[in-house]
Amino acid sequence: MRAIAFNRHGVWAIYRFELARFLRTLLQSVLTPVITTSLYFVVFGAAIGARMTEVDGVPYGAFIVPGLIMLSVFMESISNASFGIHFPKFTGTIFELLSAPVSAFEIVLAYVGAAATKSVGLALIILATASVFVPIHILHPFWMVAFLVLTAITFCLFGFIIGIWARNWEQMQIVPMLIVTPLTFLGGAFYSIDMLPPAWRTVTLFNPVVYLISGFRWTFFGSADVDVGTSLGMTLVFLLTCLALVAMIFRTGYRLKN
Amino acid sequence: MRAIISISGLTKTYASGQHALKNVNLEIREGEIFALLGPNGAGKTTLISIICGIVTASSGTVLVDGHDIVTDYRAARSRIGLVPQELVADAFETVRATAGFSRGLFGRAPNPGYVESVLRDLSLWDRRNDIIMTLSGGMKRRVMIAKALSHEPRILFLDEPTAGVDVELRRDMWALVRRLRDSGVTIILTTHYIDEAEEMADRIGVISQGELIVVEDKIRLMRKLGKKQLTLHLQDPMASIPAGLEAWKLALNAGGSELEYTFDTNEEQTGIPALLRRLSELGVAFKDLHTRQSSLEEIFVNLVSERKGFRQ
Ligand SMILES: Nc1ncnc2c1ncn2[C@@H]1O[C@H](COP(=O)(O)OP(=O)(O)OP(=O)(O)O)[C@@H](O)[C@H]1O
Ligand SMILES: [Mg+2]
Repeated sequence: MRAIAFNRHGVWAIYRFELARFLRTLLQSVLTPVITTSLYFVVFGAAIGARMTEVDGVPYGAFIVPGLIMLSVFMESISNASFGIHFPKFTGTIFELLSAPVSAFEIVLAYVGAAATKSVGLALIILATASVFVPIHILHPFWMVAFLVLTAITFCLFGFIIGIWARNWEQMQIVPMLIVTPLTFLGGAFYSIDMLPPAWRTVTLFNPVVYLISGFRWTFFGSADVDVGTSLGMTLVFLLTCLALVAMIFRTGYRLKN
Repeated sequence: MRAIISISGLTKTYASGQHALKNVNLEIREGEIFALLGPNGAGKTTLISIICGIVTASSGTVLVDGHDIVTDYRAARSRIGLVPQELVADAFETVRATAGFSRGLFGRAPNPGYVESVLRDLSLWDRRNDIIMTLSGGMKRRVMIAKALSHEPRILFLDEPTAGVDVELRRDMWALVRRLRDSGVTIILTTHYIDEAEEMADRIGVISQGELIVVEDKIRLMRKLGKKQLTLHLQDPMASIPAGLEAWKLALNAGGSELEYTFDTNEEQTGIPALLRRLSELGVAFKDLHTRQSSLEEIFVNLVSERKGFRQ
């Protein structure tokens, strides 16, 4: 038998397996974002938006759409990707992955690819739901998709790392709850950071999430809190950091092998 | 015969400081059934896990069909199927899907016909669309075997495949193992049922406290370390062994009603005819007699306890 340089059947098997896992809970996967998005529009769009008609010349209802999508992409990416790799570790089925002729790159490609696919799908569902409530016009569709995909991949990588690092289910919850949720809410998902007092605005600039949301919002409206180039740069830095961490995990076998 | 697995200088020390393997050297021959025996915690699973890529060795090398398991892991691993000791399968998947998954994972193009034949071989075909969670323990064990075989491996590891398996399934399983061997698959198995190893294996390796203490052809091992006993059921019980029988290793058992003669199976002259002649000269009458050969189990227990005694 010839040695295989890229185990495409292996990648495909994992990718399909992971997507099948999502599809088993399809109804839940689709209904949850639709309901959540609708609630956000009722609360933020209608109740608050009534008082706050425009931000940066954009109607408030439309203004929150990119932030809302990003918020869900962060959460879903982390939870799906971390679960995807943590579950086999937890049940012991990871032995098969470790004993298979798949490289670290192929494993990450398959798991992160599947989780990112779901995140992007979810983002599109939210976008569709939102467009029922407010008219949405996307100024830079190409960049919109690019930001979406990059962010989904980045956070799926991040989730993958958490899934490997976590020793139990509590630890799986800690990072999203203690770090990602606050950073997102403080990252300008529902307001422009220009609306903050100057001191807080400076603090905010250390929050990586600000760049992701700002960049994504730019693709919709052409205006943003931070320069779009900086946003893109930060997104890439974040992505590369996660990639480097994943590479290190596999090189050392950290929390994967004895 | 060609070595399909070559292990040299293999050691493993876990992070806990446990020396699970100490300088293990072993060659597995192509096409054989090799039984790895050893008490709990001896290091059997550790050895298998290293060869399969689940555990990293502390030092030493392993070649699988000439491919290093670290530098050439793709070639090495694609040749191996592993049925682990623990029953772990994706609870929510169907039987057929999980077998197909394993096949793909090991780099093989889908082949529903082959997967079907594996499932039929293991009497799982009727349950192919069932969720694994709903299967009994014995069926789950078979699913694990189906997964391991789904990518047509040339080497199959069975880590205690018959633990918790009923008699019938156990027999089916051994029939399957024989069929696989006949088709050229090399099989390495561990078991605590030594009669199984005695029946199935071509060669036996005994591991104790991380050291491989014996590797031998099964028949030679049993001949070399085995003893034979001749038991004579006496007509009239005796208080002691009569004089004139000093040339034989005799013992008086069962309250003096049984005379037991232990002899080495390797010796040309067992001394039995002479003993019987002598007994009749002495007027010792017996109503029955039988000979018995020590089982692999006795040999195994002796080996391991000898080793332990020597350690302490
Ligand atoms: N992950 C681990 N971390 C630390 N020590 C371990 C680990 N796995 C196994 N060991 C230790 O290594 C030694 C060998 O274990 P191993 O599982 O290889 O034994 P075994 O021969 O398969 O035993 P059994 O017949 O019970 O399955 C034992 O002392 C065990 O406690
Ligand atoms: Mg074991």
